[in-house]
Amino acid sequence: MSQIATCESRPTTAERVEYTIPAVNLRHDEDGYTLEVEMPGVSKSGVEITFDDGKLTVAGQRAKSEAPGKAVYAESAGHGFRRIFDLDPSIDPEKISASIDQGLLTVRLSKAEASKPRKIAVG
Amino acid sequence: MNIIRYRTPELAAWTPFDRLSPLRELLDSAYQLAAGSAGSRGWAPVLDIYEDADKVTVKVELAGMKKEDFEIALEDGALTVSGRREGESRESFRSERFYGSFSRTVALPAPVKPDDVKAAYEDGILTVVLHKAEEAKPKKITIS
Repeated sequence: MSQIATCESRPTTAERVEYTIPAVNLRHDEDGYTLEVEMPGVSKSGVEITFDDGKLTVAGQRAKSEAPGKAVYAESAGHGFRRIFDLDPSIDPEKISASIDQGLLTVRLSKAEASKPRKIAVG
Repeated sequence: MNIIRYRTPELAAWTPFDRLSPLRELLDSAYQLAAGSAGSRGWAPVLDIYEDADKVTVKVELAGMKKEDFEIALEDGALTVSGRREGESRESFRSERFYGSFSRTVALPAPVKPDDVKAAYEDGILTVVLHKAEEAKPKKITIS
């Protein structure tokens, strides 16, 4: 159960790819959201972030590397990461930015100017 | 001394919106009550061990740390990786990442040279390479 692709129709067995759901932290502030996604083993080139139809898909592929010998004890799932988020409609998709450092992906989601809280002066 | 990885039941096997979650939380809290102070046992990162003819490689998945935050110790054929991940205390909508102290100790599959240990931290994975002691390496015996 630790591998599920959410919000997707079930693929056929032949094209089924397994992913690990990464652990995330999501914080909210006045200007938007900050999403932190744990993707150990993923470098900058392995990250793919897509935004489509109000959904943000965050995927990370581990760099292929040869195992340093025979695995005698293994807890890691080995495959890539993937998680889909439903986004707040006030987020401006043009202003999504991301960076990755030591396997921790940080995605900044800014709100569109029009949907920020505003003070309305009484005329 | 977490030899077996501890995982919170929420992350291990359950989807967040299953029907049994109130029951599960009740059982979890009862378990934590029985196990002593809740939340103080720390957490345990994912760990893999590999072995080949002349070395043992231990990989620990720890995203978003600094290399100064680790402590690696070798004692009596056991390797201990410990450290602390500092967390931001700001309020989160969703908080699934673990913070605070962790420690993993594993028995190594073969005797190693204590003065020939190398560690590197890259892309959120700590890799410790330990070279096997001479007596643990496989030997070819030629027939005379």
